[in-house]
Amino acid sequence: MTDTPIRIVLAKIGFDGHDRGLRMVARILRDAGCEVIYLGLRQTTENVVAVVEQEDADAVGLSMHNAQHLTLAPKMVESLRSAGLDVPVILGGVVPDQDIAALMESGVAVILGPGTSAEDVVRSVREAVTSRS
Amino acid sequence: MANDAEAENGRQAWQDAYDRTPLRDVDFETMSGIPVDPIYGDGPYPGQYPFTRGIRPSMYRSRLWTMRMFAGFGTAEDTNGRFKEILRNGGTGLSTAFDMPTLMGRDSDHEWALGEVGRAGVAIDTLVDMRDLFADIDLGSVSTSMTINGPAHIIMAMYIALAEENSVDRASLSGTIQNDILKEYQAQKEYIFPPRPSMRLITDLIQFTAAEMPRWHPVSVSGYHIREAGSNAAQELAFTLANGFAYVEAAMAAGMDVDDFAPRLSFFFNSHSDFFEEIGKFRAARRIWATWMKERYGAKDERSMLCRFHTQTAGVSLTAQQPEINVARVALQALAGVLGGSQSLHTDSFDEAMALPTEDAARIALRTQQIIAHETGVANVADPLGGSAYVEWMTDEIERRAEEIFSHLDELGGGSILEGVYAGIDNGYFVGAIADSGYRFERAVNAGRRIVVGVNEFTDGDHPGDRNLLRINPQVEANQLKRLNAVKQSRDDSIVRSSLDQLVIDAADPTINTIPATIKAVQALATEGEIVAALETVFGTYVETAVM
Repeated sequence: MTDTPIRIVLAKIGFDGHDRGLRMVARILRDAGCEVIYLGLRQTTENVVAVVEQEDADAVGLSMHNAQHLTLAPKMVESLRSAGLDVPVILGGVVPDQDIAALMESGVAVILGPGTSAEDVVRSVREAVTSRS
Repeated sequence: MANDAEAENGRQAWQDAYDRTPLRDVDFETMSGIPVDPIYGDGPYPGQYPFTRGIRPSMYRSRLWTMRMFAGFGTAEDTNGRFKEILRNGGTGLSTAFDMPTLMGRDSDHEWALGEVGRAGVAIDTLVDMRDLFADIDLGSVSTSMTINGPAHIIMAMYIALAEENSVDRASLSGTIQNDILKEYQAQKEYIFPPRPSMRLITDLIQFTAAEMPRWHPVSVSGYHIREAGSNAAQELAFTLANGFAYVEAAMAAGMDVDDFAPRLSFFFNSHSDFFEEIGKFRAARRIWATWMKERYGAKDERSMLCRFHTQTAGVSLTAQQPEINVARVALQALAGVLGGSQSLHTDSFDEAMALPTEDAARIALRTQQIIAHETGVANVADPLGGSAYVEWMTDEIERRAEEIFSHLDELGGGSILEGVYAGIDNGYFVGAIADSGYRFERAVNAGRRIVVGVNEFTDGDHPGDRNLLRINPQVEANQLKRLNAVKQSRDDSIVRSSLDQLVIDAADPTINTIPATIKAVQALATEGEIVAALETVFGTYVETAVM
């Protein structure tokens, strides 16, 4: 581990506008010393991958709400891989327990459900990044 | 003494109004048989300006609140089945949830729709879907609420066209369409066009319904989403009422008389967990709206001054941990909504922190309202907490805080709340204030200064393995795409094209109402996405500046 701050890209993909959780995580990570690249709403997978590459980011955080996680999260993992980017994908939001195994199987690094404490958010992001480097 | 005489007159006027009101056929007495009066305490009484104590003299003695349960998922047929289930179970109004692509004005075959079709609500692409959604339901006798904003005019046009097909007079249609775009820029983020052209569409619908659909509520000014996005109670109230004032100013600027449309405006609030704060908020809402409508906007018709509102319990308060305890949270929040004088109520299902509700969970939520209505006795007396020193203080305090926000917006807008709201959207005031309040709450929970039962205290007893959650059949998306494709094959494309061309012409001329051309387009089976795309050529598309 180094002292360089973690650079993380935070985004929501597609139509869903529930951004309270994403903003919350953005502020928590910022206050914990991370460099947050906050893309906000209505992003595409391609755009997020491009930003990760340009910004040399260490992690991607996606926020999901409307049950599209089973489609969009594996797609993000796959797109990062195809672009040759070994960057963990951290998923936050409303994810039913029975979907967790399938998502982890698809390569999602961490899933942060409702009620996760700020400490757990920061620790999970650090661990996910450290385990890759 | 003059004051005594005035008080006596007020009491007599209330009594006269009460005596003219038909009552429900039940005994207004306690469980032990003690008869209770319809009101206690001092005036102004329920049904009297400024309506702090309620909008009707008899409140729930005449009519219980409408138990309006929100439902929608899968294809139109799936939701139609849930609607019929709600009506069979004693629900008294339908409330439609649309899926994300529909809410954003895009079709099920849009590339971003992947994984979203029919997931968080029902998918509606064309009038054909609308026919299936309301199959075997008499539009002339049911009251329907449709929760949609950006493309509200299109969905409304489909409903009107469907009524026409079923030989139901549009004047007899009863219900509400949310059609509240301002809070989309502030909180819910389901916008399509920029604020000013969006306001044009809303004003068009207000004018159209005022002329042709006297029983329809064309805007439900909604604080619910502002609160869910993180605001506190006073911000929820102030931003919502300010948006309401903005719609009033916009309709008046379009040449309407305030009393021609204001009686059909309604509101939608959140009922959160702080019991007395919520009750104070509901009471303050009525007083502020009445005062402003009379004093600032010159309303003369008393109905223009009534803040009628729907309430929903706070989805954001539901925990994924020990989800069954959410039943208790919902009951207390619903009780605050009733003690606050709501006209209709949706109770959340205990499993909603994890997924859309199962049928069993939705039934428990409805039963919770029925227990409050029929077992607790709270419906016997109007504004039963009025006169409590604490509740009166809370009402005043929430009002004072809201007035501070109105002053800020009035100043931002140079004496216009409408312009102030536009300015607050442009400069990030609303989004920032809501995010700050939400973050403050989360910090308090994280630091343990605020207890959330089951989350940061009392955490034993969670059984994540046994949850029975609603699963949306993944076939839904494929089925909907097939349906959409079949409609596109079946229709006459030249009529679709000419109807869209006419809509674009009408949209470009701000003196023409866009609703008639929209009805023509949906009748030609133009899709929602095609209509939105046509309007975007005139209105443009809104893109939010991302600020964390």
